[in-house]
Amino acid sequence: MTDIAPTAPQAPNWRATFRKITNSSAVTVVLAIVVALVVGAILIAAADEDVQRTVTYLFAQPGDFFVALGQSIGGAYAALFQGAVVNFGASSSGAALLPLARTVANSVPLIFAGLALGMGFRAGLFNIGGQGQIMLGAVFCSYLGFALHLPVGLHVIVCVLGAFVGGAIWGFVPGILKATTGANEVIVTIMLNSIAGFLLGFLLTLQSFRVPGSNNPISPMVDANALYPTFFGTPVSVGFVLAIAAAVGVWWLMERSTLGFRIKAVGANKDAALTSGMNVRTTYIWVMTIGGGLCGLAATAPLLGTPSQALSVDIASTFGFDAITVALLGRSKPLGTVLAGLLFGGLRAGGYMMQAGTGVPIDIILVLQSVIVLLIAAPPLVKAIFRLPDPSRRHKVRRARGMKASVARSEVTA
Amino acid sequence: MTTINESVSNAEAARRAKPDQGSPQIDHEFAGLAPRSWKAPIIFTVLTLAGAVVFCLTVDPGSISKVSVRTGTPGIGDVLWSLPSLITLTVMTVIMVAMTAWAWRQAIVRHHITTWYGVGFGLIFVAAFLVWAVSGEDSALQVTALLSGALFLSVPLIFGAMAGAVCEHVGVINVSIEGQLLGGAFLGAVVGSLTQNAWIGLLAAPVAGALVGCLLALFAVRYWVDHIIVGVVLNVLVTGLTNYLFSTVLTANSDVFSIPFALPVVRIPLLADIPVIGTVLFNQSCLVYIMYAVVILLQIMMFHSRWGLRMRACGEHPRAADTVGIKVNRTRVLNTILGGAIAGLGGAFFTLATGLAFGKEMSAGRGYIALAAMILGGWKPKGALLAALLFGFADNLQNALGVVGIGVPSQFMLMAPYLVTILAVAGIVGTVRAPAQEGTAYKG
Repeated sequence: MTDIAPTAPQAPNWRATFRKITNSSAVTVVLAIVVALVVGAILIAAADEDVQRTVTYLFAQPGDFFVALGQSIGGAYAALFQGAVVNFGASSSGAALLPLARTVANSVPLIFAGLALGMGFRAGLFNIGGQGQIMLGAVFCSYLGFALHLPVGLHVIVCVLGAFVGGAIWGFVPGILKATTGANEVIVTIMLNSIAGFLLGFLLTLQSFRVPGSNNPISPMVDANALYPTFFGTPVSVGFVLAIAAAVGVWWLMERSTLGFRIKAVGANKDAALTSGMNVRTTYIWVMTIGGGLCGLAATAPLLGTPSQALSVDIASTFGFDAITVALLGRSKPLGTVLAGLLFGGLRAGGYMMQAGTGVPIDIILVLQSVIVLLIAAPPLVKAIFRLPDPSRRHKVRRARGMKASVARSEVTA
Repeated sequence: MTTINESVSNAEAARRAKPDQGSPQIDHEFAGLAPRSWKAPIIFTVLTLAGAVVFCLTVDPGSISKVSVRTGTPGIGDVLWSLPSLITLTVMTVIMVAMTAWAWRQAIVRHHITTWYGVGFGLIFVAAFLVWAVSGEDSALQVTALLSGALFLSVPLIFGAMAGAVCEHVGVINVSIEGQLLGGAFLGAVVGSLTQNAWIGLLAAPVAGALVGCLLALFAVRYWVDHIIVGVVLNVLVTGLTNYLFSTVLTANSDVFSIPFALPVVRIPLLADIPVIGTVLFNQSCLVYIMYAVVILLQIMMFHSRWGLRMRACGEHPRAADTVGIKVNRTRVLNTILGGAIAGLGGAFFTLATGLAFGKEMSAGRGYIALAAMILGGWKPKGALLAALLFGFADNLQNALGVVGIGVPSQFMLMAPYLVTILAVAGIVGTVRAPAQEGTAYKG
């Protein structure tokens, strides 16, 4: 015993540190991204024509196959990185960082909508209505943007407020229905998505929503005064600052305000919240209305950002649905949502570059995103893939061993 | 009966607890009376008023609504009615007023109206809407085509809703119906094209759905990940995978992978000769007959078989199920995979039933509508069937009214069914009860 004693405290310490590192969520995130990239690599290689050609004579000339493999995967991921972060081939340092600016600009609608849906999740509400709320926000924002002609500064504020109000109205409806009649918010928000789509389609048939003299269902552009000011001529605009401010606001609301406490309590156990005297109904209404408003703000990114888009039926793109994954990846927390929004915005920006440069369809980004979210949601699976120690398992094994030992002992005594 | 007994015993308990019997205020909860529910009559009133104002007042008094019914029976000719719009609408409004009055009366005497009463009211409202929509138009409303098209379009919704019901009853929330439909559509089309046989494709479609179901079970049951998260993310995964494969492999070799094959349309000999109903129900693609079988089988098996009882036990009270020897997690995994397979079969609709090649995101959100149908139908195959038919009808209304060419903005027409659904969820259905332990992990 004596010769082991000096080393004994050392070993558990080292193991504890190792366990602490492997158990941290940062490691899970990194490993999940690694697995997603491997899955993506397999898909890229499988669809590459050179790889398909060389694999037919794999055993005759394996070198060809591996060169083709490396070229297809390496080329695609290099393009993805250059499109999302830094473009090494650019002439100036400003142009080199342009992809990063695009990433930041792309993340703005995802952050707004992700914050909104995350708030809903914390209250136990599954809001699939991001799409419709963004559309309504877009209608208000766009109309105020091209119909009014206000001075610089004021016009942006009016448009942003309009977007918030538009989204909030569309979020209020499922909230009040849930609170007063108990109508399932999943159904109501899905239905409201369709209704918003038809409403937008109808509005774009009206002359007042069209470019004068045009028959296309596209609105005029918003006034130059209504656009978000940009930083140094890059696509990064005040919109991103607003998104960060919204994240801070949501953090304050959820962590420091009474309403946030109520929201979390209702989400954790609504019966307990009701019993302790909280008003569950108004909480639902508040969560859905504020969430709807935040989703409405997501519409300002394409409308008031640079380059600006006019209002059309696909103004909401797929932001409302992408935001669900953003909120899930960000664990419904503001900081996590911002980071997840940046990651997905980067994948979007890089995906276009990859498609243009190497011909790998941008759809592979969806696969990467979903694999990342799935794995982050299931840390034990990541640990099993990389053979890292799993604390929950270790406990079971030890207990099983102990049982086995006691059984053996009882057999011996018998 | 049990509810009355319970409330009576509640009342007794309350009396024992409160010695002052002479208080004039009688709490109905404790008086053994069912609470009055005003939701249904209010919704009925709103709809009747809207119908009376919009339909009767805006219609041109002299106009005529042409309605054509194709009987499809040899020997019985097709019917073309020219209804005077205003009179027809007035009659229908009177019926709606009468039904609303009855609903108020039922509410006052504390009786609940049945779902079928609500469905009947809805049907009359929709009929009035159609008469109003086609009034004064030259071409007639093709009722038979409208109905049979509605049934056909509701096939993926029905399969999806059945899949949702199976999974939720076993305690797993299946939001990945969309992905399962899309996967089924993809694999069905590709295998059908490779083997040049739609039937082999039809066998492959459920396999794709079951694979998605496997992933759902792996993450939801084995790794205890939130079911809704897994479902949404699986939808994204399947969308990404099928889009990617479509843009690369399918587009490059479309002569191998993307040849469209269609399942035959079969006219069932005697049944199809029934006037109208026969044409609507029994002159359809083979997939529709499979759908009948699946719905009937599930409705019976889920509530009258050992499999169904065990399945529902795992969703309602997994610990009790475990105590009596049911392997909860194994039951959950197997039924989730089964649910996935059912949705995958429904996915075959998009490619094999319509005879189209696979296209990007061709399920177009139908999986979410199927989920809504399942909830609207109260988690039961029968109710889900009705709700899915409503949505299929809404889908097809677009085609039918587009042919007639009505003057009202078509967007409002198309919006109507979704608005009605919201009203139905808020008013008549309200809080339908989900399986008690759905979405929770069983860690026994």
